[in-house]
Amino acid sequence: MSEKHLSTQFDTELSGISTRVLEMGGLVESQVAQAVYALTNFSGEIATEVLRQEERVNAMEIEIDRDLSTIIARRQPTARDLRLLIAISKTIANLERVGDEAARIARTVQRLINAGVSSRLRLPVNDLAYEAELAVAQLRKALDAFARLDTQKAVEVLKQDDQIDQEFDGLMRKLITYMMEDPRTISSSIDLIFVAKAIERVGDHAKNLAEVIIYIVKGTDVRHNPVETIESMVK
Amino acid sequence: MDTKVDTTLTGQAKLSVRDLNFYYGAFHALKHINLEIPAKKVTAFIGPSGCGKSTLLRTFNRMFELYPEQHAEGEIMIDGENILKSKQDVSLIRAKIGMVFQKPTPFPMSIYDNIAFGVRLFETLPRVEMDERVEWALKKAALWNEVRDKLNQSGSGLSGGQQQRLCIARGIAIKPEVLLLDEPCSALDPISTGKIEELIHELKNDYTVVIVTHNMQQAARCSDYTAYMYLGDLIEFGPTSELFMKPKKKDTEDYITGRFG
Repeated sequence: MSEKHLSTQFDTELSGISTRVLEMGGLVESQVAQAVYALTNFSGEIATEVLRQEERVNAMEIEIDRDLSTIIARRQPTARDLRLLIAISKTIANLERVGDEAARIARTVQRLINAGVSSRLRLPVNDLAYEAELAVAQLRKALDAFARLDTQKAVEVLKQDDQIDQEFDGLMRKLITYMMEDPRTISSSIDLIFVAKAIERVGDHAKNLAEVIIYIVKGTDVRHNPVETIESMVK
Repeated sequence: MDTKVDTTLTGQAKLSVRDLNFYYGAFHALKHINLEIPAKKVTAFIGPSGCGKSTLLRTFNRMFELYPEQHAEGEIMIDGENILKSKQDVSLIRAKIGMVFQKPTPFPMSIYDNIAFGVRLFETLPRVEMDERVEWALKKAALWNEVRDKLNQSGSGLSGGQQQRLCIARGIAIKPEVLLLDEPCSALDPISTGKIEELIHELKNDYTVVIVTHNMQQAARCSDYTAYMYLGDLIEFGPTSELFMKPKKKDTEDYITGRFG
């Protein structure tokens, strides 16, 4: 928020809670990156680390939620401030789900390792890594847009969501081909389909985050609108 | 400052203010106010001290005429008649447009007579009907249960919150069409305030209510429409839910979010 309140304490509370949202965002972003790294390198150790971080993410969500209630009860925020707090409430729920997706990927990695699957099966894990790179970049961009309350950047995130969806569709076709060519890969390919879906959902959460940024700044709920319409709303 | 406010959203207007200017001697306190007060709704005026919200309220029943150096120009239309130019007896205007003030002002007489006094000025009612009217007004003001056994006791023996509800009962006993409330809760505790806000909500079924309040949360809680004023200008007017969630003007936003000054 650019301008200060009469109450500097209120300013401190708002900027403090925003900072913690970004911290939580950074945490889940690295969780997803690590989970995918664990997959491409078949590293059980890193997968365990991802699962361990999930507890911290969950605790952060509860903590931020509690502080939100306190601020609302004590300050009775209105307009932009109220929109910011509502948006934060939605954002942390989304971030927590991103953390869940990362944990889902990590558990899949553990299962694949336990089932004796290794890089020798030559599964298309690098394609998954590429999809994940796109999703993590989207998430980072959305968090960046949140930090600066930058609606243009938020619109960019919305526009680029298609890329992840396309990548997901491509992966799906590829995995089907694998399964048809070598039925021994069916079980692990199905696991990878779930991973691809998890990554695709990370992109969706980044998109939700971008939508609430527009809500904070413009006061308009842009959900369920085509991106072109949203773009013209933001102008 | 742009004082044109979209009045199409307010539905039927009870009071129409057109190009109203108000002066305290040479001081220009209200500047070209245009506003439609919707019928049977609660409209709140908010703004910092000295913005003109109480002044505007006091023009609606010509309360300012008690002071010779104050004058108003423009139109305030009610039922097709300009209040400011009306040849009608001012007490008839005030019977139609009642007012309750910041501090409770019970008359130094019994609770019963506090209410009957105003009614007697305009109507001659047989005792039974007067009793009914007093009971009706006290019930409307949510005070009946607390005072039914002590109607002959002095009004000033009541608590602040009860006194204020007595004043509201007195205001509605003469069956006005518009009720003006000037900071009705500023001297009251939260429970009395809650009762009065509940009452305001009840009253809008029958009356057009205009409330001036310093308490923004109160405006947010009990009004349907809110007008934000600053230095004699009407800055923004609109449905309360919109004004507090997504105000159109930055000045309004700065004020309601506490970024003012």
